[in-house]
Amino acid sequence: MFELIGQMFAYGFLVRALIVGLLVSLCSALLGISLVLKRYSMIGDGLSHVGFGALAVAASLGLAPLAVAVPVVVASAFLLLRISESSKIKGDAAIGMISTGALAVGVLVLSLSKGMTTDINNYLFGSILAMSESDVWLSVLLATVVLALFVVFYRKLFAVTFDETFARATGLRAGLYNMLLAILTAVTVVLGMRMMGAMLISSLILFPALTAMRLFKSFRSVAVSASVISVVCFILGLFSSYLYNTPTGASVVIANIIAFLLFAGIEKIRQHKIVAVNR
Amino acid sequence: MALLTCRDVAFAYDGREVASGIRLTVNEGDYLCIVGENGSGKSTLVKGMLGLLSPSHGAIEFGDGLKQTEIGYLPQKNAVQRDFPASVWEVVTSGYAARSLFLTSEQRKGAEQNLRLMGADALRKQSFMELSGGQQQRVLLARALCATHKLLLLDEPVSGLDPAATREMYEMIEDLHKNRGVTVIMISHDISAATRYATHILHLQHEPLFFGTVAEYASTELYRDFSGGDGHV
Repeated sequence: MFELIGQMFAYGFLVRALIVGLLVSLCSALLGISLVLKRYSMIGDGLSHVGFGALAVAASLGLAPLAVAVPVVVASAFLLLRISESSKIKGDAAIGMISTGALAVGVLVLSLSKGMTTDINNYLFGSILAMSESDVWLSVLLATVVLALFVVFYRKLFAVTFDETFARATGLRAGLYNMLLAILTAVTVVLGMRMMGAMLISSLILFPALTAMRLFKSFRSVAVSASVISVVCFILGLFSSYLYNTPTGASVVIANIIAFLLFAGIEKIRQHKIVAVNR
Repeated sequence: MALLTCRDVAFAYDGREVASGIRLTVNEGDYLCIVGENGSGKSTLVKGMLGLLSPSHGAIEFGDGLKQTEIGYLPQKNAVQRDFPASVWEVVTSGYAARSLFLTSEQRKGAEQNLRLMGADALRKQSFMELSGGQQQRVLLARALCATHKLLLLDEPVSGLDPAATREMYEMIEDLHKNRGVTVIMISHDISAATRYATHILHLQHEPLFFGTVAEYASTELYRDFSGGDGHV
């Protein structure tokens, strides 16, 4: 076992993938709770498609990928929230339009610049080799900011998520915190998508929160357990991808699905027991 | 100086007025019930009082040291997510969330006291979504108390509750009003409870059909029609 770990981390790219992956797993699990409960789940999905488009454009122009993708995705997060609040076009439809639009732009740009090479596969489904040294530093920095903001504004985010009207009535600027949530999500999505893939990154946002909610019934316990679940699933996914030579992103998602099914199963058994006791 | 004054207030959505000509004052110690049919503008007026909607005409003013953000608000039942993973303690202390980043020891004491006041201190560690409807309302009322010491604004607090929980809820509100000196504004469908507990009535049908004391209201045609004709208080 230890031999295996030592062997794995002799590879620089695996160490980088581990660092970035752990941070992204943590950020996405925490943000995912609010997003799922606010019915904003699909924002993560929409943003990842925009991120794909932005990365494709950056790659074909020879620009630094994160430096282009982060501002573009943050801007579209603003846009998505604006649209869903003004409600002329419903939120889900707006997300559908923006995400498929960005996907089309990305595919077009990639095919014009190099032809459809294996690159597109890496963008869509992730590559563990994608992380450069400077990416790692930027990721560590951004992820630290995301985590710090989440901890500092934890109570406000809870209040806005639980009951926005009440929060507004007591003078909380709910719009501001929705915006904060969207920006943090945008940053997290961009950080995670090159390893996890544009198609798969939103699962990191959805699964840990939903898995934790099967068994935990307070906001804090859901936050803690979702973080643990997310980190454990990432590590398991990374190990199995190394051992069995499977794509990392997909392996992590499979680990999350297994965790979800496990928790859902325990929930079912618990409910049966409660029903049995009540009889 | 009154706690809350509406000066010829009107509200409009997209240029169409949904309520207008609202003039009322709420003084400290009042218990105002706002009655009226569905779609009569009651909820719009509530939004206005909370500052979530600006009046298209007139002004809503606050006095006696009350700020608009210090109203203790109890939303309508369906406005709160009932399947939300949160402990009772987390829900109650969210009444303070606008005040500071972290929970202060003073807030902790306040939240404990408000839970006790609502007879819900035993529920503290329980999950909010696993409580009964009546228990949930009591917890939300405790949260409203965290946000205020002066004015509670209750939007149909008993809707969906069974008769026993309804009575209990009314008695708790009455206790806060009588013994704790809390001013109450309540939106209600229940005209008999309104005339029994309130001191003042606003009957709204896009415009105020009546505003005054309960005794005056009970002698109007309006009351007889609205309460089904038997007319006893």
